[in-house]
Amino acid sequence: MKLTKLGRTAVVAAAGALLLSSCAANEPAAPAGSESSAPESTLSGDLAGAGASSMGAAQEAWIAGFQTANEAVNITYDPAGSGAGREQFIAGGVSFAGSDAYLDDEELAGTFGACVADTLPVDLPVYISPIAIIFNVEGVDSLNMDAATIAGIFSGEITNWNDEAIAAQNEGVELPDARITAVHRSDDSGTTENFTQYLAANAADAWTEGEFETWPAAYGGEGAQGTSGVVDAVTNGTNTIGYADASRAGDLGTVALQVGEEYVPFTAEAAAAAVDASPLVEGRHEGDIAVELDRTTTENGAYPLVLISYAIACTEYNDAAQAELVKAYLSYIASEEGQQAGADNAGSAPISDDLRAQIEASIEMIK
Amino acid sequence: MTTAVQPVAKQRLADVVFKTVSTTAGVLILIALAGVAIFLVAQAVPAIIGPLPGIDGGFFAWVWPLTFGTIWSAFLAMVMAVPVAVGIALFITHFAPRRLAQGLGYVVDLLAAIPSVIYGLWGITVLAPFMQPAYTWLTQNLGWLPLFAPPASGTGRTILTASIVLAVMVLPIITALCREIFLQTPRLNEEAALALGATRWEMIQMAVLPHGRSGIIASSILGLGRALGETMAVAMVLSSSGIISFALTAQQNPSTIAANIALRFPEAHGITVNMLIGSGLVLFAITLLVNGISRWIIARTTVKGGR
Amino acid sequence: MTATTTAPARREAANPLTAGQLPLWGPWALIGVALAIGAAVSALVAGASGTDFSIVAAVLIAYVLYLVAITVVSQQIEGGRKAADRLVTGVVVGAFVLALVPLVSLVSTVIINGAARFDLQFFTWTMRNVVGEGGGVLHAIIGTLLVTLWAAIISVPVGIFTAIYLVEYGRGRLSQAITFFVDVMTGIPSIVAGLFAYALFALFAGEGVRAGIGGAVALSLLMIPTVVRSTEEMLKLVPNDLREASYALGVPKWLTIAKVVLPTALAGIVTGVTLAIARVIGETAPLLIIAGFTTNMNYNVFDGRMMTLPVFAYNQYVSPGVQEQAYFDRAWTAALVLILIVMLLNVIARIIAKVFAPKAGR
Repeated sequence: MKLTKLGRTAVVAAAGALLLSSCAANEPAAPAGSESSAPESTLSGDLAGAGASSMGAAQEAWIAGFQTANEAVNITYDPAGSGAGREQFIAGGVSFAGSDAYLDDEELAGTFGACVADTLPVDLPVYISPIAIIFNVEGVDSLNMDAATIAGIFSGEITNWNDEAIAAQNEGVELPDARITAVHRSDDSGTTENFTQYLAANAADAWTEGEFETWPAAYGGEGAQGTSGVVDAVTNGTNTIGYADASRAGDLGTVALQVGEEYVPFTAEAAAAAVDASPLVEGRHEGDIAVELDRTTTENGAYPLVLISYAIACTEYNDAAQAELVKAYLSYIASEEGQQAGADNAGSAPISDDLRAQIEASIEMIK
Repeated sequence: MTTAVQPVAKQRLADVVFKTVSTTAGVLILIALAGVAIFLVAQAVPAIIGPLPGIDGGFFAWVWPLTFGTIWSAFLAMVMAVPVAVGIALFITHFAPRRLAQGLGYVVDLLAAIPSVIYGLWGITVLAPFMQPAYTWLTQNLGWLPLFAPPASGTGRTILTASIVLAVMVLPIITALCREIFLQTPRLNEEAALALGATRWEMIQMAVLPHGRSGIIASSILGLGRALGETMAVAMVLSSSGIISFALTAQQNPSTIAANIALRFPEAHGITVNMLIGSGLVLFAITLLVNGISRWIIARTTVKGGR
Repeated sequence: MTATTTAPARREAANPLTAGQLPLWGPWALIGVALAIGAAVSALVAGASGTDFSIVAAVLIAYVLYLVAITVVSQQIEGGRKAADRLVTGVVVGAFVLALVPLVSLVSTVIINGAARFDLQFFTWTMRNVVGEGGGVLHAIIGTLLVTLWAAIISVPVGIFTAIYLVEYGRGRLSQAITFFVDVMTGIPSIVAGLFAYALFALFAGEGVRAGIGGAVALSLLMIPTVVRSTEEMLKLVPNDLREASYALGVPKWLTIAKVVLPTALAGIVTGVTLAIARVIGETAPLLIIAGFTTNMNYNVFDGRMMTLPVFAYNQYVSPGVQEQAYFDRAWTAALVLILIVMLLNVIARIIAKVFAPKAGR
């Protein structure tokens, strides 16, 4: 009996010691009383966001940058997915959302939990990233392709690497006589939507299924979950091709897209140029900045296969403290410093000064 | 079971309390399960009755290929896992040297703790590339079998790979329980069999397996439950699309219900959410059915001997 | 060869059952020969078709050869019954080795990849304000421990009492229904458990609720059936003699259960509970939905988002930044930490079982 008591005490003591000693070395010790350590900032409180996983890495950098300047603020961003993020924002679960698509008319006709009744939230394009077409063929680093060829590969029409359609655009490149394994996203994603939108706009004949989020079984190919899954599948397989966020292209071969008369490899600048060449969606409400991406642009040096992710926020919050936090946080994201921080950690393309001016004007409306 | 008729049936308060607490716990489980069922049905109804945008043939036409994939992958996993798991349990309890056996049992227990995400990571970074050449070989040499119809997957992320991952995941669960049960075989029975000149295998046949039969089936059901409902590992490993196919090594494979929910839920909104939860209801129904069948099998096979 | 001449002069020599026996080194010699042939065949095939020498094929061929050879040889020398025993021994050991291959591969992958970030900072930091390299998982470790602890607090009593009801009291419809539905419960996909927990908490706390306790509720849905099922099996294995002896001494039923039945089955129950904890501690999908995601420390399961190790590992893998290796390293190390935590729990559970178990051996 003595032993059992001793054992129990030991377990409890061990557990207690573990909990007590577990103050994080990098966190402010007492959140409420440590105002002195952050003399410049008067902001405090918790701010929660959720949404697109595409901007997860960028949000991480933004949150770190903002919290460093404002010690008493806690921001969380749950990269649960665009759909989940918009649903949570609409339900009022989070104060801002990240989304690969702007709010559609149906959603705008409804109500928004965190916003003052009868006010509309705004979409702000704060994250721009090129989508790279990546492949793994021994001895080949880059290829030139037009949209029709890409559409042929991903719809299962072009099945061999030495197909005439590919070879004709890549003289001097030795292509193997091997079957193409085309890898697509098996989960629903904004990346797939942007990719198929590009193909549907540029190669409507070869790409008959149009724009979609869920890959149709008729197009065949192999599915992999998430950007990481596609990158892994392409890397570990042989003679594979896939599409993924450009920051993850790594050492894999990449495709230069035919834009106008020339072939443009992806770069952050080329992606930003494509966004600048695109008009805004017409008929949106005041402050809203929804970009109508021009996938067929022939602009010099533009790379039209880009993904835009929006920050969605109310223009009028029920809770004034939340409004203040969102406003400050979004201002930081849109700032030059914020965009650079995002680009450093996530490989995104910083927004242009023009777009920044527009976004800043919209952020001013938030109250 | 049939304890002698007790002459003094004095009801003690403590007895009543203990019995009530036990019964309440059981009923609580039923209530929780009813809650889950109500939640699933309430969420699924709009998808089942309503028109679904972009889907021909309504909800059940949509969910059928997923149902097929769920059962097929779980079946494959169980075919691989159960014999091996019973083998491991026998090895640990009756073949391995005693000292080694304890350590091995410990290792197997630990494996149950590896998160499904890690199984998924291992599946795509280690297992799939490792299996891919074998798949190519199978389709080249056994391609006339529908199971290995060409062309082979270029990445190895087939339903067979997913099932192997599932099998590895359920192995520890089945093994751990079987091991515990085999250890509980009455020593006397075992020694009696050996004393009568039985070989080790005959002793196992006569004493260990009959004793552990209901336990083996029970632990298999636990494993099957996990195989049917496994979400993340399958979502990560399987190259899935909404088709029905028995091919084990193909590029396109049937998806499973749980994996499909995980793949599509993050981007789902509106009626799609209802559709996905509706598919969860179907999975629930499958488990109900599978359990009904296995109960029936247990009832049939354990007639003699009893407990 | 007759029994009397070949058998060594041992005590059982007169027993015809042990008349002919393979020498101890017999099976080993056969294994060696089989391996050599397997390697040779594989090398020949490789040479003929111009592919690489395959160790897997060599071992497979050798294994099948060995099974056939040992059965035939044993059949000739020792007779059919012994041969069957030899064959089964071969198959069982084979099953074990076969299972070890993926398991060893899995564990070594985790350890090798996880060693990269297994440092002090990893255990003393959270991810607050960490970009790129560095950072730690203290918040996720605390989150996992708290959520799992609460899940255990909910499900262990419910599970054990249900098992007691089923074995000691249950007769008739209710007990049949509970047994059946407990099995059904094992089939709840983890993601549905998460959605259910979210819906449940949204009823009380409003939309968008995120709390560790919600994760605990979701996990206990997944945990209860494992606890019930394993406890039930263990209680069933307690010999009825013990119960009857206790009743005969006039001990009330509840005391019999508490003092005789439960302690006898304790080791098994503890194993079952540990297994159940192990089963849920690595769950990702439900926690993604209801426990949420944060880079900060949170000690309060009843309020606010709470990070857990599986969610952390998943997230690090799914959305890494430009320095992706730093993220993947953190993911693997988080998995390694999770396994170590379970190992620790296992050790504690074993000590508890040993301390409380009745002294007499089986």
